[in-house]
Amino acid sequence: MEFTQLNQKLAKVLPTVEMPGRYTGGELNQIIKDWQKVDVRTVLLFPEIYDLGMSNLGLMILYDIINQEPNYLAERSFIPWVDMEAALRSENIPLYSLESKHPLSDFDILAVSLPYESLYTNFLNALDLAQIPIYAKDRTKDHPLVIVGGHSTFNPEPIAPFIDAAVIGEGEEIILEILETYARSQPGSSKLDKLNHLKEIEGLYIPAFYEPVYNADGTFSKLKKTVAEAPDQILKRIVGKLPPPPKKPIVPYIDTVHNRAPLEIMRGCTRGCRFCHAGIVTRPVRERPVEEILETMDTLIPNTGYSEIGLLSLSSSDYTQIVDLVESINKRFAGQNIAISLPSLRIESVSVSLMDALSGKRRSGFTLAPEAATERLRNIINKPISDQQLLDTAKEIYQHGWHTIKLYFMIGHPTETLADVEAIANLSKRVLQVGIQTIGNRAKVNASVGTFVPKPHTPFQWVGVTPQDEITEKLDLLQRELRGRGLKLNWNDPRETHFESWLSRGDRKLAEVIYKAWQSGAKFDAWREHFDFTLWQEAFAEAGLDPEFYSTRVRAEDEVFPWDHINPGVKKSFLLEDYQWSQEGKTRADCRGDCFSCGILPAYNDLRHQNPGTLWLCPEVSRGK
Amino acid sequence: MKKQRVRITFSKTEAMRFTGHLDLILTWERTFRRAALPLSYSEGFNPRPIMNLAAPLPLGFISSAEIGDFWLSDEFTPDQVRSSLDKSLPPGLIVHDVQEILQLHGGKLPSLVERSDYMITLPNDYPGLQEKIDLLLQSSQCIRTRKRKEYDLRPLIHDIVLVSPDDGSPPSLRVSLLILPIGTGRPDEVLSTLDIPPHETIICRTAIILKAGEEK
Repeated sequence: MEFTQLNQKLAKVLPTVEMPGRYTGGELNQIIKDWQKVDVRTVLLFPEIYDLGMSNLGLMILYDIINQEPNYLAERSFIPWVDMEAALRSENIPLYSLESKHPLSDFDILAVSLPYESLYTNFLNALDLAQIPIYAKDRTKDHPLVIVGGHSTFNPEPIAPFIDAAVIGEGEEIILEILETYARSQPGSSKLDKLNHLKEIEGLYIPAFYEPVYNADGTFSKLKKTVAEAPDQILKRIVGKLPPPPKKPIVPYIDTVHNRAPLEIMRGCTRGCRFCHAGIVTRPVRERPVEEILETMDTLIPNTGYSEIGLLSLSSSDYTQIVDLVESINKRFAGQNIAISLPSLRIESVSVSLMDALSGKRRSGFTLAPEAATERLRNIINKPISDQQLLDTAKEIYQHGWHTIKLYFMIGHPTETLADVEAIANLSKRVLQVGIQTIGNRAKVNASVGTFVPKPHTPFQWVGVTPQDEITEKLDLLQRELRGRGLKLNWNDPRETHFESWLSRGDRKLAEVIYKAWQSGAKFDAWREHFDFTLWQEAFAEAGLDPEFYSTRVRAEDEVFPWDHINPGVKKSFLLEDYQWSQEGKTRADCRGDCFSCGILPAYNDLRHQNPGTLWLCPEVSRGK
Repeated sequence: MKKQRVRITFSKTEAMRFTGHLDLILTWERTFRRAALPLSYSEGFNPRPIMNLAAPLPLGFISSAEIGDFWLSDEFTPDQVRSSLDKSLPPGLIVHDVQEILQLHGGKLPSLVERSDYMITLPNDYPGLQEKIDLLLQSSQCIRTRKRKEYDLRPLIHDIVLVSPDDGSPPSLRVSLLILPIGTGRPDEVLSTLDIPPHETIICRTAIILKAGEEK
């Protein structure tokens, strides 16, 4: 479609939809390059609406890295909300990029960010809206290469038939290798030819070169290579040192979920909570030096004008120099009305003094995530804190001016009983009691209760998800017990939990289920008002598969998993040992004190050697392998 | 700490057409920070920058004549403010004029607005449009429903003029609407009354007229 024609059609459509600012682009710091003057054109798709996608740090990082290269361009695309989708379809406008308004099919590479599984149907919908064939086998050299990345691609099998390649791990370096390889390939060369070149890149998984083999009972047997030179294992890519963060990110013209400048201060986490997917796949811990953070803020603020900077990491209070960092920021930006947010603070008093030091803006509530309400269960999930520690921290929070404490719990942990669930109500009440003693009846507790979904590559990857009727029973108990003045309870729909659990530990057979569910209308599965459990049940039935096989089934310790060829650097034997330890209630301390040989160091020995010193929290190594 | 009040006249153009009132305020806050012009902030746990835009511009409209008052915590000449802002404006905002308002307190802009003028570009000729306009201007009332509430649009209409260029280019409407205690005249409401779908047109505010003698 001609550019002007697309713009004319858009001009007609935009005034008729909700929040048209999602679909225009043109924001401050957007980069538009001359389409004709670059070698490779990439569109970065985040398969959610603009308001959410624009808050994704990964997207901003790749946008920054690619556009710094004179020979490449990167543009953005997001999923239209249902009203805009209807308008696009009725006007026959293909999904387009926000910058140059090119249809997605005009790009060389369609790079899709998939941080969580509930985006899969949106991903298929985006291909369809872009008029690009959904199955990889139906795409030719005339279509963009569809390359996915993000945390959920650590199990790429459920979406394998739809993708040309999956980036496993961190994208900063591999993205340029992909673009270089693509640029070197012969113009007009076949897709297979391009994939053959791409398979040389470490950390890139190309599903077309493998075929799954299953046992008679439906479990996974092995991945058979269809091309001899394809690698047996795909070791995740990591960067030895966190690359410079984006200093001139796009500033949206409409409100977004995290309307602030993101700045990553640390990657990885040493705590080893056994349910945590991010904790494994982002290992090892690498910190950004304080000075680099401060210097980045010096340019980030004048470049964007943001009044809030989000200092991002999996566990802010574990950043080694956190106190120093916060003090330095306070000194440097005093009187400029800059607010700093620190997500994910640990349950300890230093967190309170940190938040205090940041003061600036006082938020609605202070969030603590004990995850489980009994010490026994917290040992099993390896988040060992005592009730007393939680109550002491809560007291300090109320003393320091917060009225509301948000408590995050999960139900459905391994070995959980109804008594453990009841303890959630009791512990919440005890926290509230502390609040009332401290600040009177203004004190409030909001308890959020999610249900645990076992994730691949974690010590709990063998565990079954709690059956729906049991989840319902536990939630009923909480709704009966966790009530009263000052208490609020939020919970997830058990059906959403099960949906997530199928896709998390699915195999390639599930692709058919995803396709069928999408075909019958599944999309925006992360949105309560759109999620339709029945569609998924029907899709399973049509595909002749049993959803419980993927969700509630406890896996044998020697089971081969469909994601075993994806190597996160952490050994399966280490995960298994940790699973066994959990069954004995045995905890594993923070590994920054002691190395437990999870496998990261042997896997990245050279990188560690090239990056000596304290920015990695793993021990130093002697000369490489 | 309020040290200085400046009144800025500006355009909001196509690039920011779909940015609403609250997001425009946020955009101004960020623009001032990029320009290193310190806005005054309110006290309390959630300090907000102190500024007043004369009249919210509905989503989808553009404007060549918005007015806003901004309070600074330091003193600058209007030229300094202007040149610092010019270097920091995002696509979609253009500053036309910066004036210092000597009265630091009181006289809030929204309470001073009397009238807004709009130029509406029509996609094509609408047969019988002049007659419809005449009829509307001659009528004594025009009851419409907006957000499930009935109101009379007629007293809010100051004037409507149809401009049909001789060269065959599309016609436009010049609509002048009042802001009264009973309500604010909206150009899209006038269009609907004239049977013109508002979203087919381009609506540009061309002037905000403040009550005489109260501008400074």
